[in-house]
Amino acid sequence: MTDLFSKFDALIAQREGLLATGVKDPFSLVMEEVKSPTVAVVNGKETILLGTYNYMGMTFDDDVIAAGKQALDEFGAGTTGSRVLNGTFQGHKECEDALKEFYGMDHAMVFSTGYQANLGIISTIAGKGDYIILDIDSHASIYDGCKMGDAEIVAFRHNDVEALEKRLKRLPADAGKLVVLEGVYSMLGDVAPLKEMIRVSKEAGAMILVDEAHSMGFIGENGRGVAEEQGVLDDVDFVIGTFSKSVGTVGGFCVSNHPKFEIMRLVCRPYVFTASLPPAVVACSAASIRKLMHNGNKRAHLWENSRNLHKGLRDLGFKLGTPDAQSAIIAVIMPDLEKGAMMWAALLENGLYVNLARPPATPAGMTLLRCSLCAEHSSEQVADILSRFERAGKAVGII
Amino acid sequence: MTDRSEMFDRLKGLIEPFNKKGVEVGETTTFAGDLEWDSLTVMDFVAEVEDSFDIIISMNLQAEIENVGQLVDAVTKLTAA
Repeated sequence: MTDLFSKFDALIAQREGLLATGVKDPFSLVMEEVKSPTVAVVNGKETILLGTYNYMGMTFDDDVIAAGKQALDEFGAGTTGSRVLNGTFQGHKECEDALKEFYGMDHAMVFSTGYQANLGIISTIAGKGDYIILDIDSHASIYDGCKMGDAEIVAFRHNDVEALEKRLKRLPADAGKLVVLEGVYSMLGDVAPLKEMIRVSKEAGAMILVDEAHSMGFIGENGRGVAEEQGVLDDVDFVIGTFSKSVGTVGGFCVSNHPKFEIMRLVCRPYVFTASLPPAVVACSAASIRKLMHNGNKRAHLWENSRNLHKGLRDLGFKLGTPDAQSAIIAVIMPDLEKGAMMWAALLENGLYVNLARPPATPAGMTLLRCSLCAEHSSEQVADILSRFERAGKAVGII
Repeated sequence: MTDRSEMFDRLKGLIEPFNKKGVEVGETTTFAGDLEWDSLTVMDFVAEVEDSFDIIISMNLQAEIENVGQLVDAVTKLTAA
């Protein structure tokens, strides 16, 4: 018998090798208590959270929690059904109404996760004979959506407008084309030149999908994302987003002004063949989205945190993924996986949690310590974070 | 077979700057195995070939190309179209 698991041997060996050096397993951390959007108890120790994408700190918002409790009481624990059968409750419609209002768009479709939103929309709208043109650093959910569908996939160099334009011009003029972009790329926290990319895509007759997972709630005048910030949201055909970041719950969505968009509810398999979100989750999400529409002060503080952390880390001598703070993600580049894991563990010992990101999730084979800031981090916490980075960095010998 | 050997030579020329190990390149040389290219190198190389011949090598097609001979066939077909 061939052991189907033998294909994982190299990864198993790499993992064992890493653990043999004495570092704690970075991928099996347990949050024993969560005290607020920015503090949890890990290994019995109070720990500052700096890797949760909880950008706006909505997870413990009083109104959000109250909405969830009420829905739990009134609608029960779960829906036990697909959105197209028995799984659409009042709360799902209210959540979609909140999204339509938030983005100022005609249609909104809520999925059970952000992953499924990309998987479903991309695999369904681009079919056989169509082309999907995507940035090489696209998120796994975008690649998986491509793999699930039947379109031809064309990749271009990360954030390279000229490379995109060249490829678009080589495609058959009359073929269906979908250009897939992200507002903020989650590994390095860099922002895409959407304005130029959308211009060349429109000139080539392509439809455009932008994943704004890491920008919703704090980039753009109304928090609609990078496309809004760059003044091109009206040219985007489909915005994909998630509830598991700024919104503070779980779920995914697509908003669009396409006149035929509603047909997606019948043809999109990751929407149809799965159970819908529980009533409490959609109620929390709707309450959170409505609050995110009016959050100017929190946004300003989040940006201040991000700039302060970026400058502080750079001044300490860390190598960062972007020349300036472009989003609420600050990526610290580690020399290699082993040093990265050591630094990660040293930070945790100092009471600070960040994300350890490594290939294949990262671009260019990099190991990253990814920091995501929260609007609820106080200025004192950011100063504290910097001193913990300094202690850990010196202990590990990175700075 | 002049056309084929011309195509082979041209592609071999494009491979050379990425051939850090100095591997002897033939028809059966594989990109992942023999040349030990990672996904980043593959992307840079594919972009180079695409721009040189003004073609698109989709990711669907890339998945089927494992060695230099297969690349010669694929590019020949794409440029003939």
